[in-house]
Amino acid sequence: MNRKVSLWLMLAGLAMLAAGLARGEAGEVLAKAVRICLECIGIG
Amino acid sequence: MQLIGKRRLVQLFSALLTNSYLPSFFQRDIYQGQLKRLCVPFLNCYSCPGAVAACPVGSLQSLLVSTGGRLSFYVLGLLTLAGAAAGRFICGWLCPFGLLQEALAGLSLKKYRIPGFLTRTKYLILILTLLLPALWLNENGLGSSYFCQYLCPAGTLEAGLLLGLGRPELRALLGPLFTWKVAVLGAFLAAMIFTYRPFCRTACPLGAFYGLFNPVSLWRVEVAAVRCNDCRACRKSCPLDIPVYRRPNSPECIRCLACLQACPQGALTFSAGGCAGVQAQPGAGRAKAK
Repeated sequence: MNRKVSLWLMLAGLAMLAAGLARGEAGEVLAKAVRICLECIGIG
Repeated sequence: MQLIGKRRLVQLFSALLTNSYLPSFFQRDIYQGQLKRLCVPFLNCYSCPGAVAACPVGSLQSLLVSTGGRLSFYVLGLLTLAGAAAGRFICGWLCPFGLLQEALAGLSLKKYRIPGFLTRTKYLILILTLLLPALWLNENGLGSSYFCQYLCPAGTLEAGLLLGLGRPELRALLGPLFTWKVAVLGAFLAAMIFTYRPFCRTACPLGAFYGLFNPVSLWRVEVAAVRCNDCRACRKSCPLDIPVYRRPNSPECIRCLACLQACPQGALTFSAGGCAGVQAQPGAGRAKAK
């Protein structure tokens, strides 16, 4: 039972991952990650 | 090699690999290559000079802000995949901030327990991390990455102290918010000496997220009821004081697997649905259990 749940959840995760990639979210993540995060430092 | 030694090696390797862009440490800058399209499945500030990949919590929040409240399927999918596969194994074996907490925990033998209600605050922080960037807007209608901004001690340590203090133009901008963040970091660092993994257990949104998956993850701890003689060696060995014999997949368990080594009956297994995995060796923890 638990194994089925985990496999379905993994499948759902994969589907979301693919949908996110299709929406171009990896590029959005990159755009944020290559700039210095002022919030993380405690400035902005 | 004992399991704890293997875990330390994996933790160290993960921390070094994730922060392996060394030139940026000397240039007081950050890595800006294409690898940052990838998110690591654990907390690691993407503004740490050496970080070669993105932080999932920071990415999730910044996308919520920049898209006006749209959850990132990419990041959420990655975290769901990792959580469903292994639950908080990510916390116990891969997270660099977890490694730091364990290193500091070694400084004091005396350990204090964290009250139960404090271990539940991380769920509230998870909810706020997901909701506030889209709901708490300023006069211009913009949200912010509130977890990174006000709480995340990993960001203060990896980005704030190295870049904030290291670059004159950023140093000139530091004010009360930075002081607050340093105070939060200081409080957590002090707590790390006297309690085990206080940040993971009380405030980490990823710990809360992965904890939800622990009971249903593919890789999980199983107790063979026929072998367990209720000696409770597993609980005595658990740094989180989890009664493993009763709740082997508690949301608090970080899968350090100390219980597997301690079990004198070989009653515990860490495996993927009963397939290949790590099993406690009968007699391995007998001396401890007596």
